[in-house]
Parts: sequence; structure tokens; C-alpha cells
Amino acid sequence: MGIVSVQNLTKSYDGGFTALKGVSLEIEEGEIIALLGPNGAGKTTLISTICGITRPTSGTVTVGGYDIITAYRGARNLVGLVPQEISLEPFEKVINTVRFSRGLFGKGKDDAYLEKLLRQLSLWDKKDSKVMTLSGGMKRRVLIAKALSHEPRVLFLDEPTAGVDVELRKDMWQIVSELKQAGVTIILTTHYIEEAEAIADRIGVINKGEILLIEDKDALMARMGQKHLRIDLTEPLTEVPKSLAKQGLTLATGGHGLIYTFDANAERTGIARILAEVHKAGLQLADLQTQQSSLEDIFVDLVKETA
Amino acid sequence: MNFQAIKAIYFNEMARFFRTLMQSFISPVISTSLYFVVFGAAIGSRIDEVEGISYGSFIVPGLIMLSVMTQATTNASFGIYFPKFIGTIYEMLSAPVSFLEITIGYVGAAATKALFIGFVILGTAFAFVDLSIAHPFAMLAFLVLTCLSFSLLGFIIGIWAQNFEQLQLIPLLIITPLVFLGGSFYSISMLPPVWQIITMFNPVVYLISGFRWAFFGTSDVSIVLSLGAITLFTGLCLAVIWWIFRTGWRIRQ
Ligand SMILES: Nc1ncnc2c1ncn2[C@@H]1O[C@H](COP(=O)(O)OP(=O)(O)OP(=O)(O)O)[C@@H](O)[C@H]1O
Ligand SMILES: [Mg+2]
Repeated sequence: MGIVSVQNLTKSYDGGFTALKGVSLEIEEGEIIALLGPNGAGKTTLISTICGITRPTSGTVTVGGYDIITAYRGARNLVGLVPQEISLEPFEKVINTVRFSRGLFGKGKDDAYLEKLLRQLSLWDKKDSKVMTLSGGMKRRVLIAKALSHEPRVLFLDEPTAGVDVELRKDMWQIVSELKQAGVTIILTTHYIEEAEAIADRIGVINKGEILLIEDKDALMARMGQKHLRIDLTEPLTEVPKSLAKQGLTLATGGHGLIYTFDANAERTGIARILAEVHKAGLQLADLQTQQSSLEDIFVDLVKETA
Repeated sequence: MNFQAIKAIYFNEMARFFRTLMQSFISPVISTSLYFVVFGAAIGSRIDEVEGISYGSFIVPGLIMLSVMTQATTNASFGIYFPKFIGTIYEMLSAPVSFLEITIGYVGAAATKALFIGFVILGTAFAFVDLSIAHPFAMLAFLVLTCLSFSLLGFIIGIWAQNFEQLQLIPLLIITPLVFLGGSFYSISMLPPVWQIITMFNPVVYLISGFRWAFFGTSDVSIVLSLGAITLFTGLCLAVIWWIFRTGWRIRQ
């Protein structure tokens, strides 16, 4: 069993809306999982339920072997949560709000650890500032500091880089990878596919309350990746010759090339046949290139299928 | 028990109080002084004595009760409503704390503040009138119990409230009238007989009467009845809170 184990979790809100429809998920210690999904997919609901903010309607969740309902103290001791919305007490000093979090999780005072943490998050020189005087990116880092204040083994980051500039996003990725080095298990949600691609070990796609897939990032990209063959021509075309159109080729923008899409893992890719057809049609090749489809394409296709 | 968490919540709440310590101190002093000027001096000069006690002294227990009850209620209701309102409650809900610990932290802090204000008013009263306290321990016990029970009530209101209007509604609409009509400024025996009966349905009457007994040794209703009333009230609040914990009502979806 993983450090976080979710079995047949469903969640219906009071209004009757079912936000999670039987989600099962095993998260191994030390890995980074990115959850992707469109708005309203149920990502926040899933995280909130595991963390104890909303009650599950049915199903079981354990963290470190502790059931989140019957042994909630054991489970919650292990978990840190950075919520999607920035919610902080505006008049509180940074250091005090972080100390408060640590106390709330039952940990005794440890100013040395908190100093290290705030330095790591570049917040040390802001420790005596009131929260309301910080920028949005700093506030988000305060939330991270609060979540890490009690040294959790599992960290949930709900859209940590939403509305964050490129530089801070890279910083955030750095922080995540440092935490991983320290052995923290990380579950994050994001709308940025390149983010999942960049930092996750495994990727889950969730839509309409169901996990559509959860897989090793590399395996996923290899398994599901489509490849595009681009044939550059010496003379531009205005339309695809009939014999080639039949093979599914399309015109690249500008007419200087043709594009053929194929499954990279298929036994026959059909490339040889296409090239023969191109030759037969009397077209002059200038260049050839193939391109692997990105995670983004995979994601869009998956979500479209369930729409 | 997660004592660290109780401590964290309690001191976090108290920190807000200390940030505005001067306000917390000055406003009860001023309002109490005003009451003494208006009720004690102006009206009191016409009503010599009530039950053998000078009018100025007679109103002290009621005055303290009035402030302590409203302060306890508003402090506790605001204390738990605020994190709900700004969203920081998420942290409490995801922390390894039980609702009991959350309640002890918030209610304890609100009661402490109310108790502090009660003492400030008592101190101010000594400056205006001659006062001796017949049963100091009973006085203290009543005061502490009132602070606690009304903080519990405020805590419930704070959880129940979904906007600021609702948050202010109960103290404004219920507690203040009940306290004013509960014999803060007069003895029940001064009312016409019909009203004497109606008044008996006002729970605050028992509290003020008991509290006044602790000061002067005389009361409108028996001290046993007063103690019973405050115990019942505290028990009722505890039962409601226990139910809230069980169901996660208005806290956990
Ligand atoms: N408190 C609530 N009461 C009723 N319905 C809710 C509540 N919170 C969320 N929902 C519904 O549950 C569904 C999933 O919401 P959730 O916040 O989990 O989505 P999400 O995947 O986090 O989306 P986003 O990417 O926009 O953050 C949505 O349809 C939402 O409207
Ligand atoms: Mg969300």
C-alpha cells in the first residue's frame, strides 16, 4: 500500500452534485504526482477530502496507513496542504503565522527549523512583515512555509503556480525538487502541462470526478505519443494531391510542406509508403522531420473523449 | 489531546486582543463611567436605595454582566467566524486537532478577554461607588461561568453565521434586550406583577440575580435557582456544540 491510498472515493456535495465518482489512487512514498484536469474536474475536491477539509461520501483513504476518519490525527500529522486560494490572516506577521501552523500540528517550538525553512523560501527578510504587505507570490510561499512548518511527509500543492510569473514558477519547481530530495511525497495539481512534464514522476488526468489515467510520465508519453512527419517541399502547394489526401496527409500552413500523423508505436508506420506516394506525385523533397506529440495533445485528446 | 494546538489557538486569539489592548481597556472604562453618570448619578439621585443598597452600587453587578455577556458573545463569535470568512479555517480542518481542542482554544480565549473586561469594569466601579463583595468566591465563580457559557454561545453563533449581519444579529437582537430586561438596572420586585411573571422566562434574570447575591447577599430569585439556570444554559450550549462536532455543520462539507 502506498503512503497515500485512496479507494473508491466518492464525494457528493450538499446540493447533490457528485464531484468525485469512485476515485482510486495509490501514491508511493517519495514520488511527485501531477494531477491534470480542466476546471471543475474535482482536483481540489480530491485533495480537500484527503486532507480532511471535506468529508468523503463513501470510500476509504489512508495516509501512512492511518485512516483519515478513524485515525485522523495520525493521518493529518503526516500531511501538509497548500490550498488553491490564498487565505492568510492579513494582520499577522509572517513568522507568527508559520509558528501558529507548527503549533496547530502539535509540534513544539523550533525556531532553527523555521529559520531554515523561511530562508529556503526566500522569506527570511520578510519574517517580521505583516502578511498583507507581501506580494502575491510571497503570500503563496508563506502558504508553503505554513504547510511545511510541521515537517510533513506528504505535501499537497493545489495549483502552486497559478498566476505566478515565469521566474517564480521555476523557483517553485526548484523547491519541489529539493523537497523530493528530502524524501517528501508531493501531489500537485496544475493546469500547465509543461509543469507536469517538467517535474512529475507520474501524471494523473482527472475529469468530471473520474481518474482517466494515472501513469508514469515517460511511459505515458511513449505509449500514447503520436508522431508527426513533416515533409518540406521545394515548391509550395495550394492543395494536397488527391493520392496523398487519401492517405490522410494535410497541408502545412503556407503550403511549403505536408504533414502526416502516425502512431509511433504501431508496427507499420506507413512512412515508406507515404514517401513513395510523394515521389510518385512528382513532388520534390526539401527536408523531413518527425515530432513527438506533447503531453498537452494527449491531455486534450483524453478530456475531449470524455466530454 | 493536542495541547500544543490548544495553546497555539488560544495565544493566536489572545494576540489579536493584545494588539488592541488599549481599546479593549479604554472602551469598557468609558462606557461604565457613562453608565454611572447617567444611571447612578442622574437616576440614582431620585431612587435612593433598592433593597437597602444605594442605587449606584446596586447596578454594578448588572453592568458587569451586561458587558461580560456581550463581550464574551461577540469575541467568541468573531473569533471563529473570521477564519471562516477569510478562508484560513482550512488549516484548522486539516490539522490533527479535534473540535474539542478548537473549542477550548477559541472559547478559552474569548472567555479570558471577557473576564478581563469584567475586572476592568469592577475596578472602575470601585472608583465611583462604595462596594463590598459579600461572597467573593461565588462572585468569581459566577463571573467565570458567565464568561464561559456566553463564549460558548458566541462560538455557536460564529459557526452558524454566514455573513456579518447574522454575526451581529443575535447579540444585538437578543442578548442586549435580555440583559436590559433582566434586572440589570432595577429589582424584579419593582415591576408590576404580570411583568414579574413574564420576566421569569428570561434566563438572564437568574444570572444577574445570582451575581447580585454574590455582591450583596440578597437576590430576586434563590441562588440555587440561579446556579441551576447557568448550569442548564452551559449544558445546552455544550450539547449544541457537541452536535455541531458530530455533523460538521457549517464547517466541513
Ligand atoms: N462547496 C461546494 N459545494 C458544491 N459544489 C462544489 C463545492 N466545491 C466544489 N464543487 C463542485 O465540484 C466540482 C469540482 O470542483 P473542484 O474545485 O474540485 O474542481 P477543480 O478540479 O479543483 O477545478 P479548478 O481547476 O477550477 O480548481 C465543480 O463542479 C464544483 O462546482
Ligand atoms: Mg481546484
